[in-house]
Amino acid sequence: MFEAILLTVITASTPLVVAALGELVTERSGVLNLGVEGMMIMGAVCAFAAAQLSGSPYVGILAGIFGGGLFSLLFGFLTLTLVANQVATGLALTILGLGLSGQIGEVFVGQPGIKLQPIVFPILSDIPFFGRVLFSQDLIFYLSVALVVGINWFLFRSRTGLKLRAIGDSHSSAHALGINVIRTRYLAVMFGGACAGLAGAQLSLVYTPQWVENMSAGRGWIALALVVFASWRPWRILAGGYLFGAVGIGQLHAQIVAQNLGIVIPSQFLSALPYAATIVVLIIISHNRRTTLINTPASLGKPFVPDR
Amino acid sequence: MRIELQKRANVSTLFSIISPLLALLLTLVFGAIMFWLLGKSPLGSLYIYFVEPLLEVWSLHELAVKAAPLILIAVGLAVCYRSNNWNIGAEGQFTIGAITGSILPVLYPEWHSWAILPMMMVMGVIGGALYAAIPALLKTRFNTNEILTSLMLVYIAGLFLDWLVRGPWRDPKGYNFPVTKSFQVEAVLPEILDSGRAHWAFIFAIVAAMALWFMMRFMLKGFEVSVLGQSERAGRFAGFSARRMAWFSMLLSGGLAGLAGISEVSGSIGHLQPSISPGYGFTAIIVAFLGRLNPLGIIASGLVLALTYLGGEAAQAALQISDKAARVFQGMLLFFVLSCDTLIHYRIRLILAGGKTAEARA
Repeated sequence: MFEAILLTVITASTPLVVAALGELVTERSGVLNLGVEGMMIMGAVCAFAAAQLSGSPYVGILAGIFGGGLFSLLFGFLTLTLVANQVATGLALTILGLGLSGQIGEVFVGQPGIKLQPIVFPILSDIPFFGRVLFSQDLIFYLSVALVVGINWFLFRSRTGLKLRAIGDSHSSAHALGINVIRTRYLAVMFGGACAGLAGAQLSLVYTPQWVENMSAGRGWIALALVVFASWRPWRILAGGYLFGAVGIGQLHAQIVAQNLGIVIPSQFLSALPYAATIVVLIIISHNRRTTLINTPASLGKPFVPDR
Repeated sequence: MRIELQKRANVSTLFSIISPLLALLLTLVFGAIMFWLLGKSPLGSLYIYFVEPLLEVWSLHELAVKAAPLILIAVGLAVCYRSNNWNIGAEGQFTIGAITGSILPVLYPEWHSWAILPMMMVMGVIGGALYAAIPALLKTRFNTNEILTSLMLVYIAGLFLDWLVRGPWRDPKGYNFPVTKSFQVEAVLPEILDSGRAHWAFIFAIVAAMALWFMMRFMLKGFEVSVLGQSERAGRFAGFSARRMAWFSMLLSGGLAGLAGISEVSGSIGHLQPSISPGYGFTAIIVAFLGRLNPLGIIASGLVLALTYLGGEAAQAALQISDKAARVFQGMLLFFVLSCDTLIHYRIRLILAGGKTAEARA
């Protein structure tokens, strides 16, 4: 029973972790992309479509990554090349993504999907208690863990990561030092898009292997909150992602438990829990202005036009 | 080839006017391409989408019905965005306004008095404003990002409405459908003309747009909105408070969204049900930007976006194109509006590979 719950929590948390990690890199470079929800749903529909047409969920994963990355390029062009308002453009990306994915996915509604099968590590998965939970998962879960480690190394141990953080804290200084601000930001935005696309692929290939319109159901926005929660640190995204995932799964189990005990809790109240929890967490994290100011990349959301 | 931006010395008045039109044109071109990809005649489809709904009286009424909530919400959002407060939860404030406004007709269906309608409208405004007060409070008191909190509240409001109409407020004689009792005649917003469905919400919308236009243009409050939006520091020197502005703009936009909510339920639907809006609260964001955050511009852009809803319905019937095409149009439009707005502040130069500069005046 406990193992089963843990497995569902992991499945529910993985897309949040992956999408938030991508957005973290984008925001560390000083760009605020509010289009995570749109990129995620585009990733989900591309992944589902590719998996259906090719018959392989792995082609689906690639398509999801590619779809999300390509879609984020639109955001990059507007905000980086044309210096459009980042908040408004992010919203535009979400609105367009939800519409476009509905249009693309129309033919796939109701089709049974192809579920991504777990990759089982022999021996390791036989370890009692956590063996099956950790070593008998699908590729995207392993990728999510690798991403946490990799991004942490990249941001805090590599030269390019240092440059990326420098751009996020002061694009003018970084530009004066000869770092190519726009190019780095383009790459960071595309990385964020690719991660959101991968998260979307997880939704339509693992979490619920089918295509349903608006199936991201606000997860992209929760991922955005997760970045604030994690104060822009990769390890905390992992912790926060599992916390949010657990709240989401916890409410499902609470419904069953309450039913068995004969207590009537309207299902809508429990469904609202993850959203309410997000608000509460944001309050706790943000209420101290000083620490928020220290943690936030200093030029986050500010437009940059290179002077030539 | 490279694109380079050069800051204009002055904001271009010419492009302030041309930019939204250019965006519309680009959307039409890309829309035609989309129809062509879907295997439909591009021009014929555009005609059905954007011209046919304008040819008949009843569909002009429908246009006003759809434009009313969009304009009401968008003029409030424009004040928010101008003052740098990012309320994107208008959909939730719309829902809560609809709920609080419906308290009287749902609980007192036998109360037949002319007084019920004005009271419903006021309660809708209060409900929407109070719901917007949550992100305002969290922003000013706890420094919480209003974008995320206002959006999370949209989901919560939707679930709350769902619970109400399936639970305590469900009509016991409604054959188990999740709807409330139909409102009594006195609680229904009257139509403006005898010729069609357009009701008073459209007049509310025009009045609200005019009033906010006047405020932004001739009153100190409007100046305060613009100054604080452009530079909080400059605003502080003038004695303006960003904190109070956050409250003002959020309550204003929430109240207007609430009014839109109760007018829609009272005038167009006649009862509460799980879904009362085809995303008006989100589409209004596009309306606000297409209208260049100017209340008068928003009247025009509200009508344009209302047309995409109508065209979407017409195209669904005539061309078997799904209604999702409307959302694609709306998303594309916002993208083009935002890109074209660059032309107002910058001159764009295309730098070709050979180092030759081709000055694109457009």
